[in-house]
Parts: sequence; C-alpha cells; structure tokens
Amino acid sequence: MFGYYLDLALRSLRRNKALTALMVLAIALGIGASMTTLTVLHVLSGDPLPGRSGTLYYPQVDARDDSGIMPGKEPPQQVTEIDGFNLLHAKRADRQALMTGGSVPIRPDSAAIDPFYVEARYTTADFFAMFGAPFRYGHGWNAADDEAKARDVVISGELNERLFGGANSVGRTLRMAGSLFRIVGVLGDWAPSPHFYDLNTGAYGYAEQVFMPLQTALDLHVDHNGSSDCWGNGTGGVGRIYPSSSCVWMQFWVQLDTPAKAADYKEFLVHYSEQQKALGRFVKAPNVRLRDLMQWLAHMQVVPDDVRLQTGLAFGFLLVCLVNTVGLMLAKFLRRSAELSVRRALGASRRALFAQLLIESGVVGLVGGVGGLLLAVLGLWVVRHRPSDYAALAHLDPAMLLTTFLLALGASLLAGLLPAWRACQVAPALQLKSN
Amino acid sequence: MKLHPMIAALRKHKAGVVLIALQIALTLAIVCNAIFIIGQRVDRVNRPTGLDESNLFLVSQQWVGAPNADTPDGVAKLDAMQKEDLAALRSLPGVASVASVNSLPLLDSSWNGAVSLKPDAKFSDKSANVRTTYYFTDDQVMSTLGLTLVAGRAFHAGDVQHQGFRDNPPRPIVMVTKALADKLFPQGGAVGKAIYSDGSSTPSTIIGVVARLQAPAVGTWANDFAWNATLIPARLDANFSRYAVRTRPGQLDAVMRTVAPALYRANPLRVLDDNSVKSFGDIRAKAYRADVGMAILMGVICLILIAVTAAGIVGLTSFWVGQRHRQIGVRRALGARKVDILHYFQLENLLIAGAGAVVGIGMAVSLNLALMHYYEMDRLPVAYALVGVAAVLVLGQCAVFVPARRASNVPPVVATRAG
Repeated sequence: MFGYYLDLALRSLRRNKALTALMVLAIALGIGASMTTLTVLHVLSGDPLPGRSGTLYYPQVDARDDSGIMPGKEPPQQVTEIDGFNLLHAKRADRQALMTGGSVPIRPDSAAIDPFYVEARYTTADFFAMFGAPFRYGHGWNAADDEAKARDVVISGELNERLFGGANSVGRTLRMAGSLFRIVGVLGDWAPSPHFYDLNTGAYGYAEQVFMPLQTALDLHVDHNGSSDCWGNGTGGVGRIYPSSSCVWMQFWVQLDTPAKAADYKEFLVHYSEQQKALGRFVKAPNVRLRDLMQWLAHMQVVPDDVRLQTGLAFGFLLVCLVNTVGLMLAKFLRRSAELSVRRALGASRRALFAQLLIESGVVGLVGGVGGLLLAVLGLWVVRHRPSDYAALAHLDPAMLLTTFLLALGASLLAGLLPAWRACQVAPALQLKSN
Repeated sequence: MKLHPMIAALRKHKAGVVLIALQIALTLAIVCNAIFIIGQRVDRVNRPTGLDESNLFLVSQQWVGAPNADTPDGVAKLDAMQKEDLAALRSLPGVASVASVNSLPLLDSSWNGAVSLKPDAKFSDKSANVRTTYYFTDDQVMSTLGLTLVAGRAFHAGDVQHQGFRDNPPRPIVMVTKALADKLFPQGGAVGKAIYSDGSSTPSTIIGVVARLQAPAVGTWANDFAWNATLIPARLDANFSRYAVRTRPGQLDAVMRTVAPALYRANPLRVLDDNSVKSFGDIRAKAYRADVGMAILMGVICLILIAVTAAGIVGLTSFWVGQRHRQIGVRRALGARKVDILHYFQLENLLIAGAGAVVGIGMAVSLNLALMHYYEMDRLPVAYALVGVAAVLVLGQCAVFVPARRASNVPPVVATRAG
C-alpha cells in the first residue's frame, strides 16, 4: 500500500511542479537557516570538558574595600594574589589550581627563527590533572616545583611542532622571558572551547602554547594579559606584578568530587572571608560564590547575544515557511476533493486517505529536509569563512545531523497534518454529484 | 462593491484565510524588528570617531628582553627606546606627524576610569563621578589624529611627561572631549577648571576641549561613556608601545611598508608581526565586522522571508482562482466586467492582508518587548510598524495581481460548461 501511495503522491506532486518546488524550497530554506544557526549555538554553548565539568567549581570571594562594594552585588570575577595563594595552600578541595594568563617572548636557539611572542598560562601543579589535559610526552610539574619557582615548562603540541618538528623534546631547554627553561612535558591536542578557565582572553579560538609555574612567572615578572581590577593605591614592586591584596587578576579553580564536598567548600569560603575580616583585610560581610563550570559559563553569558538572536530569527523564519507550506498544502488537498471522494466511494477508508495525504506531505518534507541539510552545510561553510573567533568551530556533528533530519520530517508532517485531516473529511461520492 | 458576499465567501475557506493572514502577520512582525535592528547597527557603524580617518595608521610593537617597567630605572630606559622609535618614524619620508598613544578609537583596548569635580570621590558614589576613557599621548596628538580644538589650547612639547604603565602619578593638566566637558560643567567654561580622576586628591586642570573623540571600547557596555574621553600628556612606558602615524595624502600604503624596516634598524630586539602595522580603515572594519555581518544576515533573511510570503500568496490565490473558475464564469455571464473580477480578488487580498497586518503589529510590538527584555534593544518606533503595514499591503497587492488577472480573463462561457 505504501508503494502505491508513494506513487500517487509523486504523480500529484508532478502535476503542480511550480507549487511543489515552492513548498520544497520554503521548507529547505527554513530548515537550512535554523540548522545553521542552531549548530553554531550548539557548538558555542557546548560543554568544554564533558564528564569533568560537573566536579569543577569556580570560587569567588570579595576582598574589595568599601569604595568598590555595592550591596547585594556579585563578588569580583577573579581573586587577588594573596587570596589565591591562601586558598591554594589551604588545600581544602580534591584538586586546586591558581592561574592567570600572559604572553612571553621566545628566542629560539636556531638563528633562522626570529624571536616571537606566544600565549602563556601561569598556573600551579594540579592544572593538568584537574582539567584532564593530555600529555603526548613527559608530564606536568609538581607542587614542590611550584614552591621552588622551578624553571620548568610544558609546551603545546603546536609549539613542539614549530620548534622541534614534533620530536620528543622533554628535557630540552627553551630560552623564554630572558631565562632558560627545561621542557618537562608536551601536550597533545587540547584547546577547551569556550576557554572556560579564563574568559578574559576571549571565549573562543584561544589556546596557550606555553604553561609555566605561576611562582616562576611572578619571579620573572612576565607580562600579564587579561583583566585586572584594582582599588586603593600602590604598585607591584619586586616579585609582584600587581599589588598582592588590592588587585584581582587571577583565576582560582577547584575540583570537588561530590555535592557534599561542594557544600563544605562553600562553608569554608564563608569562614575564610570571616577570618580575613577579623584580620582587617576584608571590609564587608562574607560575599562568596561557588558556581560549577556550566553555571559559571551561563553566568558569564559566553554565547554572544548576536548568535542567540540569529537563532531566534531563523526559527521565526522556519515558522513562516511552515505556515506557508500548510496553507499551500491545504489548498492543494482541498482542490482534490473530487478525486478523494471517488476513492472514498470505491471503498477507501478515511484512515487510508489520511495515510495517503500524509505520505504526500512527508515526501515534500523529506526532499525539503535533504535540501535544508545541503543549505545548512553551505551555511556553515559561510560561517567558517567569516572572520569571527568561533568560525573554526562551526561543524555539523552527528547529533545535529540527526536533529536536522528529525526537524525536517517532523515539521513537514506537522505541516501536512491539518490539511490531510481537513481533506479526508470529504463525504464519499458527494463531490461526484455536484460536478 | 459590497463586502458582505466577499466575507461570506472567505468563510468557506476559513483555514486558508487564517493561514495566509497568519503568515503575513508573522512576516510583518519579524521583518519590522529585523529592519529595526539593521537600522541600529548601521547607525552604530556610521557614527564618526572624531578622527580624520584617512591617511592614518597605527603601529603596535613589543620589545624582546625589555627592562622592567615597574622600576624607575626600567621606565627611563623604556622611555628612551620609545623616543628613539618616535624619532625613527618621524624621519620617514611621507610621514606628516606621529604621536605616542596608548590606544585609538575602535581598537577595543582601553584604560577607563571616572572623573569627579571633588577630590577623594568614592567610586561607588555614582552621582559624583562621570565615567571616561583615558588617552595617554603627547603634543602631536591633535595633528596626527586630526582632532578639532573647540576651546582652550592643545598640549605643548613641554607639557609631555612619561610614566610606567602601571604607575599612577598626578596628572596636572588634561584635555577633555566636549561631551565630557558638558557633562561636568553644564554651564560651560570648562577650560581652567580642576577635575579629579579616579578618586584622586590632586587636581587636574582642563587646558583644552576637543570637539569629539570616541572611546576605544566598541562593546555595548561602553555605550554610556563612548564620547567621554580625557587626554593626558604622558607617554606610557611598557615593554610594548603604540604609535599613531599620519601620512601625507595618498602615501598611506607606501609609508606603511617602510615602517617595519625602519623600526628594526632603530632596534632589532622587537617583535613586529602581521598585525603590527594597521591602517585605521582595517581597525574600523575589524571593530564593526560583527555588526556588519549581522546586518547583512538580517537583510538576506528579510528578503527571503518576503519572497516566500509573496510566493505563498500567489500560490494560494491561484488555487482559489482555479477552484472558483465556474463561479467566476457565472458572474461574468451575469454581467460582471473583467475589472470587477480583478477588483474582487484585489479587495479580498486587501482584507486578508489588512487583518494580517493588524495582528502583525501586535506581534511586532510583543516581539520587540521580548527582545528588549532579553537583549539590549530600544523600543520599536511607531514609524517602523506603519511603514511595515504599508509594505505588506503593497506586497499583497503585487502578489495577487497575476492570479487575479488570470481570473478576470475567465470567459463567461465557462458558466455553461459542466465541471
């Protein structure tokens, strides 16, 4: 029966070529536009560390003096150097890392390569294990190296390719920021997107090439890139980049394996704030936050407004295309009342007519869906070739591919439902008489 | 022509009429808001920075192994290196003038703060402070950027100091933009008055007022102080530096090519990459590329949306014409002229599109309210909605014309045929 209905559907669609083309094109454009924008939204709001993100938390404490505090407001988005190291040394979480970003000049041994600057992350030992950064060669440094201000460095696979042609460079030296470093590890491909642990660098399309111990970076007085927010007066001085207690410019991340530990840690942050207030450092009542990774990304609204706006626009467009198709399909089915009533008179049940008409609209949806998929691939290609930070991320993954297909089929069946139902209400043979 | 029989006829295709009206309403709602957004983006992109943007480029460079900018000794060395660079650039053929700058409008790298009429103002006290961006520059800034002086005087060479980029020494004299001067001194006469920056206790005297100078930040967060700028006569000393260069007319490209070799000659221990020498045109294009992209995308979607809706009207009306073939023949046989049939379909479309437009205005306004709630968006002006209504009515009439003419060509003899 299905084959016969399909044959009928194709005959009927062929009879009105322009109209069929219009319906298919409308569905294809609607699907293509919505899938392109939805895919971009999907990759931008994705989880940068699937499987790990649930146990990673971003503690915030409020160290500002009263000139910067507004009641009920969020604590600063970063921590001061002194609070960062206090929380790090307290070791109250399963893992913890303090970090900030910058850029350092590298002077390659080979005279053929000019000096160049690379993006760097200054952090502490737990960083790699906590964020699951994969090592191609070697390993990270340990907490003792942190305290010893060791001249150890972990480099990215990309930098290893550039400097050493991809060979195992562990144990070799690197002249960086005016000092000689020993390479202890080379990372594999690793570039979480969004760049969740420090959003000041731009959320997308940013990856460090060099990772060095934070204490070493402070000791060498390297460049800091990112946001710094200071209050009061005073300058950095020797071994300090910013005043250690009146500038927030570092990010502190912790790993807490169970919700109970997270609750305990929040308690700890409150106690810490009270203790600092008793010492006279904090001025106001404890103002702390402990968001997990995804909550932090949501709070920071990393997905650009324009991308969300485009997705909304595309779905509005799809809606209009669907309404358009419903209207055309309805007119078309009603026009065929005579044919349908003959089929009813010859014994076809309403259910059979309904199935036949639904197959016809399903065919339109299927062809429109395939067209929409092609348009989405084209749309994503256009997105990739536009100069934006997230351009390289815009790819269709299997999940989105399936979503596209279901959306196309569902949308067109939905569009065929009302017209098919209306059309199969026709009385058997009544139409024969009037004509 | 009586409306009554027409409405009675429309009742027979309730579903079709409702659908086409709904489509028109949705189209109106989306297109109105999209065009409003396009208009806002275009306005944003077209606002003048206050600079003379042609023949202007920016050099950003970093030194390798530079002295520490947090020690007085290092600051002195860095300043000497910067002066060397400035001299090298000023001696290039084709260069009209060069200024040391910490940033430029639209560069999105800024030092912002707040100024007050009183000393020691608390930052949280919003009423006492006016937000501003700071430009650290030298005495060549007016000619290099092409700024217009509206009151007082510009900086002299003797006014220019230098400081480490994380230091915060007193600022004895400053220039401000007219927008900032008007906000601080609504009665006018800003020149010679004292202001205090960032809660400082030492005054800065305003010596001159600049007509217009935009802040470096392009994000919407900086909208409320986009025109408030304070110019400070000091070179910032760090391991990087920026120089604004104005060339003689027509020599921009030629001069830009000579910059890197000249700077390397002055001091080879530095990094200059592809982004180091950038024309102001490129800075502008980069700053607004997202806005331009969004406007183009919205425009394309609107066009397709309008085309789909028009095609839908054509398709549906064609069906109705086919369905009513015989009735049209009967009307023609009973004495209706061709033009009566044409008008019938045109009026019918006007009714449907009119109903759709009324619903559409409601939808457009609610959509606008929803967008205002979730995004930074202004209220949709009434004019947009009215123009939108007129546009969909015209669109409907254009779309219906072809099928309506076909209907009017149905010969009266059809009435006598069966089927």
